[in-house]
Amino acid sequence: MIEIRDLYKYYGDRRAVGPLSFTIEAGEIVGLLGLNGAGKTTTLRILACDLLPSSGTVLVDGLDVVDNPHEVRSRIGYLPDRPPLYDEMTPRDFLAFAAKLRGMDGSTAEKRVPEVLEMTELGGVADDAISSLSHGFKQRVGIAQAIVHKPRLLVLDEPISGLDPVQIVEMRRLLRNLKGELTILLSSHILSEISETSDRILVIRDGTIGAQGTPEELSTKLLEGVRFEITVVGGSVAVGSAAEVLRSVEGVLAVEPTSSTEPGEARAFRVEASRDVRAALVSTLVARGLGVVDLRRSERELETVFLRLSAGTGRAGAEEGALPPTPPSGGATPQRKKEKREASEAETTKAETRRAKSEAEAKKTEAEAKKAKDEEDEGEST
Amino acid sequence: MRGALLVARRELSAYLRSLLGYIVAAGALLIEGIYFQAYGLGSGPKLSAEVLLRFLDGTCVVTMVAALILSMRLLAGEREHGTLVLLRTAPIRDGEIIAGKFLAAFTLIVLMTATTVYMPLLIFVNGKVSVGHILTGYAGVLLAGGAALAIGIFASTLASNQVVAVISGAALIVTMALLFWVARVTEPPVNDFLFALNLYPQRQRPFLNGVLRLENVLYYVAVAYFFLLAATHTLRARRWR
Repeated sequence: MIEIRDLYKYYGDRRAVGPLSFTIEAGEIVGLLGLNGAGKTTTLRILACDLLPSSGTVLVDGLDVVDNPHEVRSRIGYLPDRPPLYDEMTPRDFLAFAAKLRGMDGSTAEKRVPEVLEMTELGGVADDAISSLSHGFKQRVGIAQAIVHKPRLLVLDEPISGLDPVQIVEMRRLLRNLKGELTILLSSHILSEISETSDRILVIRDGTIGAQGTPEELSTKLLEGVRFEITVVGGSVAVGSAAEVLRSVEGVLAVEPTSSTEPGEARAFRVEASRDVRAALVSTLVARGLGVVDLRRSERELETVFLRLSAGTGRAGAEEGALPPTPPSGGATPQRKKEKREASEAETTKAETRRAKSEAEAKKTEAEAKKAKDEEDEGEST
Repeated sequence: MRGALLVARRELSAYLRSLLGYIVAAGALLIEGIYFQAYGLGSGPKLSAEVLLRFLDGTCVVTMVAALILSMRLLAGEREHGTLVLLRTAPIRDGEIIAGKFLAAFTLIVLMTATTVYMPLLIFVNGKVSVGHILTGYAGVLLAGGAALAIGIFASTLASNQVVAVISGAALIVTMALLFWVARVTEPPVNDFLFALNLYPQRQRPFLNGVLRLENVLYYVAVAYFFLLAATHTLRARRWR
């Protein structure tokens, strides 16, 4: 559905994107992940034919965005980071206008608008002025205008940005409902947001793909393992031996106790493993007479993955050809290997040291992100 | 063309739903009425044709100013509100976007100008003018208004916000009007060239006197076409940025 080859985009002398190459198959939901200023919006604007590339090839459904912009535009639904809405119109009138603008005839548009209003749950506000709607509803109108003409590809720039938790859940549900009907490419700078909805994630850094894969693949490659948080219950004696039981499971590298929010004698542990051992953990614990009341991937893991990929200190791409042509500086690699050996010894103090390093990396990356954002703003304003 | 009509219909509806259209129309009618009363009907006895000339003269200037104000939001306003991307990512040509915007604002100008018709009709109470003079005069007003609107749209395409758009448009129009003064102090053939480019009053005067000349009609049409074309190319060029 999308094929991008050696795409470059310059704002003056500054390279915003490139070299960028990737493909997306029809029916996929793909997340484009990167810090502010990484080149996400520029890439999406080129795909939507709002911006022309400096060089390279961008094909949508086999059509070149430079040679056939009209045909490409009629196949794409685009929602920019700020929904393009006319405040004085009602959602019903606006969607009818958007449908006709994208080539639908009057009667087809009139039939299509109620369907889209229902699909995006806008029926209750269909005849209110858009200016009177909340941010969440405006975002839904933005999605509705992007799908009203039945596009084959939906391009969404930070669709979850600025929404409250309830609205985020509703937006994810809406995107999941669209799965299968459309190919969707959405961007975000928050990994946990798009990992919920995307089949595959493309990590963009400095205008080029730093890594790609499912969230599980990315974390496995980058962290050389996966981390889980597990809460175990049972008799006090049995629970006391839970750490030993967990360590005995094949593939487990380290086990460290954490604070539990469960009442009673429940004990919580953070487990680091070389692969996904959740099923083995549960069966082993149950076989030893222990119960499992909670088991989840570590939330910190996703953050760490993203920060490392975005900052270019990770090595996710070093395997299976996922690296960009010029690999990121791997200064942290020996240190990380050492940390892994230490982790296998399950020493809590050393695990805390790693966390501290991760937080330091996070701070450094945030500062770099802010700088990159400032540079991009400056570049676009010129 | 379908895209241009869609854009025009939405834009006209936006003018009618917002305060701007009504404020501009009401302000223009008020100023034209005062001008007609003070300089047309008032200030001593005059020939009917002179009363009509003064009315048309005042209406022409007010219409050009109104066109400039109406044009400022057409592209710069869309850019400010982030809605221009909706049009730019739709399967319509840049020329259709510009043509649609022009059509909508020009329709409003025609409606606004039509409501002034009672003033020349008042001349018939105590005097007599030819209907041809009135129609020719209105043609001049609308042609000058259309040219000013095209200049305003071009400025709106260039500017990042509405204030800059209206100031840039006004600067262009005033420059094209001041060519008349520059022409007075220059030698032939430069002064002939500058006279030929003069937006107002040189090209407008024949219309005010009830004389319809093809060259003057073509001049205003050419000015409007040139600036609309420039606006289209500017919009297209922005896709590189």
